[in-house]
Amino acid sequence: MRVVVQDSPFDLGVETEKFAQGCSASGAIVTFTGVVRDVAGGLEVMEIEHYPGMTQSALEEIATQAVSRWSLEDALVIHRHGPLRVGEMIMMVATAARHRKDAFEAAEFLMDYLKSRAPFWKREVTSDGAAWVEAKAADEDALDRW
Amino acid sequence: MDVLYFAWVRERIGLPRERVDSSAATVMDLVEELRGREERYAAAFADISALRVAVDQELVDFDTSLNGAREVAFFPPMTGG
Repeated sequence: MRVVVQDSPFDLGVETEKFAQGCSASGAIVTFTGVVRDVAGGLEVMEIEHYPGMTQSALEEIATQAVSRWSLEDALVIHRHGPLRVGEMIMMVATAARHRKDAFEAAEFLMDYLKSRAPFWKREVTSDGAAWVEAKAADEDALDRW
Repeated sequence: MDVLYFAWVRERIGLPRERVDSSAATVMDLVEELRGREERYAAAFADISALRVAVDQELVDFDTSLNGAREVAFFPPMTGG
């Protein structure tokens, strides 16, 4: 299991390849990538703030849960912070399991928990000004299914 | 203890962290103390349903004890992913 919090970009292809090479017992590898999308008014920059002391441990706790619950061979979480532009990758998760159902479910679980239990806050700056992205009730509700 | 603020809580209060000498028994008692300080604190803590809190970097409820706590952080609901 690997959890990385960084401000620099990551290479999705390189990370996925490296992850897959270490998972010889897995027939299924799922990756998800979150990308900065444009918004009405044109996004100048998305700033991601985080809680340095807590981020790493919160992500590790979530990843550990996923690994044990779905018997994953391995899991990877990379999450960036700092200023990001449209099209840049914010984060990725990868899961490796014997079969695809476990890999897909574990990746969804990771994403649902990352959204509302990892201490990151997004702020969108457009030509109209800056606004903190509000958490959606649906994101909190999504945790109930697990 | 150290009290940390993130995102709009940090902006509203005007600083990212501060040292607070408090004998508050619970998180909610600390919130009441801070609310009583100045208008900017009262504004930031007006609606605690819009806030989350971590004690020593673990997400907790507002009725959690502060006994032995070294670090308390207040922030809005998280928007990771």
